[in-house]
Amino acid sequence: MSVDSQFVHKMWNDHELSNMVDGGIPWKMASDGAGNVGKIYGVYDEDAGVELRGRFIIDPDGVIQAVEIMTPPVGRNIDETIRQIQAFQKVRESGGKEAMPAEWQPGKPTLKPGPDLVGKVWEVWKPNGK
Amino acid sequence: MAEAVGCARPTGAQVGGTRKEPASPSHATEEESPMEHIRAQVGKHAPDFEAPAYHQGKFGTAKLSQYLGKWTLLCFYPGDFTFV
Repeated sequence: MSVDSQFVHKMWNDHELSNMVDGGIPWKMASDGAGNVGKIYGVYDEDAGVELRGRFIIDPDGVIQAVEIMTPPVGRNIDETIRQIQAFQKVRESGGKEAMPAEWQPGKPTLKPGPDLVGKVWEVWKPNGK
Repeated sequence: MAEAVGCARPTGAQVGGTRKEPASPSHATEEESPMEHIRAQVGKHAPDFEAPAYHQGKFGTAKLSQYLGKWTLLCFYPGDFTFV
């Protein structure tokens, strides 16, 4: 979503992005010309009249689980976004009984918070493969 | 696909939330309730919105609540053709 019209979205997709992504952009490219949506999401820059690089992970219940907002000159890291989604999916699968420690990656041990784990995380969580 | 909306606007509802209207009887008309009290917050239901959209060769509407039940990524960016 950006402040550009859906017509400009089409031009960008057809003339540039489709050269980078086979078949063009697969998801909806939404237009927020007046910044009405960006304002309530806290990403609309009133002075510049554009939206910041905001990224919201929303779970199946409609709850925002993670947010990243960057100024324009630096691009996103989609691998990190996917890792976060996988981590939140894992939490959800466990019914909230498991937590994902720092640096967690799919396949790595999770934490099961409870009385037995207090003061013992160091025994379970081995960062960097140690 | 639904009719295209003229301009993107928050619906006042929250995706998956129970609140349907910006509940405040002090607002006499919709025009007088700019929804400034609605804010996206981590851990809370996402504010719903409708916006004109381009998708795979067609113009239509994007409504966030259409994705209820799925993991959804909502991304904002500064502008088309702006390099990054």
